[in-house]
Amino acid sequence: MSALRAPFFWVLLVVVGGVGLLPILTGSDGTREDVFLVLMLVILASSINIIMGYTGYVSFGHIVFFGLGGYVAFYLMLNHQVHFVAAALVGGIVSSLIAFLLGIPVLRLRGAYFALATIGINEVVRSFVTNFDPFGGATGMFFNYQVYDSYGGAKNALWFAYDAILIVALLCTITSLLIKKSKFGLGLLAIREDQDASQVLGIDPSRSKVVVYTISAFFPGLAGAIFFFKNGIIEPGPAFDLLRSIEALVMVMLGGYGTVAGPIVGAAVYEQLRAFLITNPTFSSLHLFVAGFLLLLIVLFVTNGLVGWLRQRTPQLRRYLE
Amino acid sequence: MILQVQNVSKRFGGLVALDSVSLEVQEGEILGVIGPNGAGKTTLFNVINGVYAPQEGLILFRGENITGLPPFKVARRGIARTHQIVRPLGELSVKENVTVGACFGRENLSLKAAARVADEVLAFVGLAAKTDLLAGKLNVAEKKRLELARALAMRPALLLLDEVLAGLNPNEVSEMISSIRRIRDQGVSIIMIEHLMHAVMKLSDRVFVLDHGAQIAEGTPEVVSSHPKVVEAYLGDPQAALRLLEGSA
Repeated sequence: MSALRAPFFWVLLVVVGGVGLLPILTGSDGTREDVFLVLMLVILASSINIIMGYTGYVSFGHIVFFGLGGYVAFYLMLNHQVHFVAAALVGGIVSSLIAFLLGIPVLRLRGAYFALATIGINEVVRSFVTNFDPFGGATGMFFNYQVYDSYGGAKNALWFAYDAILIVALLCTITSLLIKKSKFGLGLLAIREDQDASQVLGIDPSRSKVVVYTISAFFPGLAGAIFFFKNGIIEPGPAFDLLRSIEALVMVMLGGYGTVAGPIVGAAVYEQLRAFLITNPTFSSLHLFVAGFLLLLIVLFVTNGLVGWLRQRTPQLRRYLE
Repeated sequence: MILQVQNVSKRFGGLVALDSVSLEVQEGEILGVIGPNGAGKTTLFNVINGVYAPQEGLILFRGENITGLPPFKVARRGIARTHQIVRPLGELSVKENVTVGACFGRENLSLKAAARVADEVLAFVGLAAKTDLLAGKLNVAEKKRLELARALAMRPALLLLDEVLAGLNPNEVSEMISSIRRIRDQGVSIIMIEHLMHAVMKLSDRVFVLDHGAQIAEGTPEVVSSHPKVVEAYLGDPQAALRLLEGSA
């Protein structure tokens, strides 16, 4: 746990915690909605980074765990009156469990084959849910407002959801740091660099990969549960939205894959950019074009992303920017 | 007896890469493995450390059967190897590369203890000045030393060296030779595949000769280099035969 004594741990805590406290201090609904979205994207991007940036497995369809967590939690809250916190935890655990079971066969694939398989999984799950009546099929499920009564009404529930996403975002980024700084994390990096060589060095890649995939599915599961609780409605389209998955990948690349800070910076910058483009009349329909173009530029010129580039340029900064 | 390979065969489709090969390595011994290109030398290493499972035969390490174990299990038991074509973990630093070996090798060290071992080993192979460099940025000779450092950090009982001298200049060769001697003096048994005959003949206690996947000779460097079958095997490549003879002189 020496990672918790690293200077960067405090940077992480102050930055994410500080931004996270902003809406709570100001009490502004608008700020809360903006920061909620950024924190949710931080969770998605950081989780993808754990499997993609550390381990080298590009999980294109990672959004499937967001949708699954959301659906499971929503179902429990709606039909079994399970408390939101318990339902969200179950959602996260179910996501992890499914990642564990799928990971055993799918993580045998390498490179593009794995990436394609993850897209396939997302599409299969989406089709399944669309035809699964207990989950409401194609129309999904929705709360009536009485559900929020147990949380002090709809307005309070929104704040409650915000607190939850802030806590999960902190837990997720701290987990990411702990992994990066651990022996387990070093093993993941070795797998990313050369899986066969890592095995000759004593690493069990199959086991490490399944473990890390399971972890990386947990936080999106929680985030999905929180998001759809706040939303009050869940449908297959928004729950298993491949586009969001790809946007999260762009955030990881933009911020710097394989770093702890990268996905955080990437999510914040990308969301600001997207918000600007979407509200700008000239660009409103072009924001995906810009995202794609951005990804192209990063891959071609700044492979290490913003954080990676900064770390390369200023070695003094490295302790504060992992 | 640290390693016994008993009647091991490995076929790839119709190609017989290893044909009922048997060999033994004594504790603290250096066994040289020579043979023309395609003789099956690297396949022999791959079968010993678990990259391939042999179709027939047994591999015993310190009396325990390790046949068919995956490479990471073989590694944890104490067999380390270097690769003929170097495989640095390019985006990790030199020190991180070596730390990986120390962490996951025989002693299963913590990150902190592994970092200490890494510093020690890097000093031993002469890479102490390069610890923070990315491994991908090293030159070929340095990458070879990194391979060796990584393997040593695993604290192996048996070390498999696959052409660590290839591509080095004469100066670097003699440095590497003295490194290998010192490793053996620390009690590590070594099997080395090498094309550089004078080095094999100088370093090895015994030499094992493979040709077309089969053993054609085995013995002290003197015996092997005058063995008619060995000379014959190398006649396909007269220069190699010449080098072999010079090496023994």
